[in-house]
Amino acid sequence: MTGKLDLDPVLVARARELARRAGQPVVDLARSHTTVSVERAVLRLAGVAGADPDGIPWVNRLVDAVAADVGLGHGVAVPVFDALAREGITDVTLLAQKAAAGSVRFTLPTGRAATAARTAARRAVGAGVRRIDRRRAERDRLIKRHGDPKQRPWIYLIVATGDIYEDIPQAQAAARAGADVIAVIRSTGQSLLDYVPEGATREGFAGTYATQENFRLMRAALDESSKEVGRYVRLTNYASGLCMPEMATLAGLERLDMMLNDSMYGILFRDINPVRTFVDQRFSRQVHARAGIIINTGEDNYLTTADAVDEAHTVTVSQLLNEFFAHEAGLADWQLGLGHAFEINPEVPESFRLELAHALLARELFPDAPLKWMPPTKHMTGDVFRGNLLDGFFNLAGALTGQGILLVGMMTEAVVTPWLSDRDIALQNVRYVLGAAGGLHEDFVPAPDGFIRRRANQVLGEALDLLGRIGEQTLLTAIAEGTFGIMKRPADRGKGLAGVAAHEADYCNPATDILEGDAA
Amino acid sequence: MSATDAAKKIVRPYGDTTGDGMVQVSFTLPVSHDKRAEGAAVQLANKMGIDPAMVVHAKPMGDGFTFFVVYGRVNHLVDLNAVQVVERDFALLSAKDVNTVIKQRLRRKLSVVGACIGTDAHTVGIDAILNVKGIAGEKGLEYYRELKVTNMGAQVSVPELVETARAEKADAVLVSQVVTQRDAHLHNTREMSAAFREAMPAGRRPLLIVGGPRFDETMTDELGVDRIFGRGTTPGEVASYLVHALITQRKAMA
Repeated sequence: MTGKLDLDPVLVARARELARRAGQPVVDLARSHTTVSVERAVLRLAGVAGADPDGIPWVNRLVDAVAADVGLGHGVAVPVFDALAREGITDVTLLAQKAAAGSVRFTLPTGRAATAARTAARRAVGAGVRRIDRRRAERDRLIKRHGDPKQRPWIYLIVATGDIYEDIPQAQAAARAGADVIAVIRSTGQSLLDYVPEGATREGFAGTYATQENFRLMRAALDESSKEVGRYVRLTNYASGLCMPEMATLAGLERLDMMLNDSMYGILFRDINPVRTFVDQRFSRQVHARAGIIINTGEDNYLTTADAVDEAHTVTVSQLLNEFFAHEAGLADWQLGLGHAFEINPEVPESFRLELAHALLARELFPDAPLKWMPPTKHMTGDVFRGNLLDGFFNLAGALTGQGILLVGMMTEAVVTPWLSDRDIALQNVRYVLGAAGGLHEDFVPAPDGFIRRRANQVLGEALDLLGRIGEQTLLTAIAEGTFGIMKRPADRGKGLAGVAAHEADYCNPATDILEGDAA
Repeated sequence: MSATDAAKKIVRPYGDTTGDGMVQVSFTLPVSHDKRAEGAAVQLANKMGIDPAMVVHAKPMGDGFTFFVVYGRVNHLVDLNAVQVVERDFALLSAKDVNTVIKQRLRRKLSVVGACIGTDAHTVGIDAILNVKGIAGEKGLEYYRELKVTNMGAQVSVPELVETARAEKADAVLVSQVVTQRDAHLHNTREMSAAFREAMPAGRRPLLIVGGPRFDETMTDELGVDRIFGRGTTPGEVASYLVHALITQRKAMA
């Protein structure tokens, strides 16, 4: 710890212990349940690809068929590979097609048939995991060849036209203009689809569908850009919503570099069932850990709904919980893009000093995590001149407090989706601040007993109080009672609950076995 | 408009002297930056009525694009007497004001039930209005403390919707329709409003609201609903309308 805030190490350790205590029951829940999306991710790793003529992926058809015959609680791997052996075929996608046509029945094998099915499933899934390993090695090679960005924070820019073939030139132009990370925003509502669409897509609502083919196309385009600009340009998408585990798997297979992956966002903001979310989240984070993907968490969202001063401590609490869940799933500190945001009302006196206190608190609490620093959105009014000034202060706060990933703010936030010129002006703003004051964090040490230190310690204290209250009642109860945001989200409600099943005694998931075995 | 404004009939933009007509605009042209590009910017400004036009800033942006800032004198006049504005028939309230009005005047939570009916699986519209996430920087109705929101999701049948509206004692029912093949959105809406008329007496019926990108906002009578919202509607507008129709207007009439 660099100690710019003089945080009490005993309190910091206590905060982590409280987060562990609040999170552990949720981990236990995740370890004893599975979901349709976890099982579909297993089948994707085993090589099931493509979709039926209606666009429903074969993994969905296959999981539904297995669940109808033997339920979900045993895991689909054993029944699927048992059926494969009985049918005398080797192609799992072909089996999915037969199952969809109703010509295959699934059973739970016993004895030697069960052992054989387990072995075959582990071999097929292992091949998928090795593909992810190869993509990770490939990333390491490309980073070595092209290099990382010269400066911190990395500059993160969004494209979102709805058409992957429009997104590509825009992303490449952004890379040329200085973007280190490109995020392709998803189509509105994709998080609530219980399947992953297939193929290259050319229309979406306020964003572009996340599909394996779109991932592949954009990654290939940014590989060209990386060569051209002489630094490895990273690609980001979303492992959130009902298909979190599958998104993580596809991201690993197509060498995406960062994924948005929050522990509670889907529950609070999309009304997805809490159990579904925590089960899906744990598996997706295990895949991210293996794939060398940096996750971005979503704490900025709390501040867009709640007051950024009054509720600053909920960000700290969520960061601590996200850190606990991430470590438990095998992610290393360098993979934790914990989120926070510059969302204090600029009319509040000393708002910039408050922002600095909050940003520095996150920096000091998580010294080895590449924090994701999110720009103002809530108080962007349409006055683009004032917006540009506010974004400049946001950039300065990022430089002063050593943030890892800086999402470029647009002065046209809340006005239009960014124009070419908006992006250029916003990047110019970032370049000026980082060029003029990029190293200022070395000199920036808040005064002892000054405003910033006092505020940071106050927020930490409030976070401890909240974690203590959560610990007394369990995290699921806290979520059910509306502790985060103002949303009450009971564990027996919300979308996707029907796709959750408790493990049977013989539950088998070769992917989890491999991911946990190698992590141990 | 203040009294001094009303006295003026004709105005021009104000830079630093009354009547100087000075404006500033910025735009991008899809041409590489050179002398000709700057000439093109002046030509556009002239056609916009800015004459003389000064290109004060020109900057290449990527391949084949140039960004311009232009200052100049615009020769158009504004006739204040000829200004026409269409007023919304209800006041736009902040989330806080919506909550306050409901709390003080309704004295209970206002119950809203939303759904996509028929085979329409596009929940993008109803989710944008209802989900906390919201749209265009505005939070959805779930965010409003004094609204009790039930989002039934997609492919809800009309009887299910009526039943849920009854169980939740809905003050308002919101239906989203995106698919318009063979006028499905119109048929579904008529079926829905007829079912509510049949199931509940006039005074007990919830406010019926439909929304979708292809509705004609003037067709309320024909479809048997109280309000139609078209493309680009935000949660704040819907919330403000609910307060207007269910509380403010109703109290005013009572």
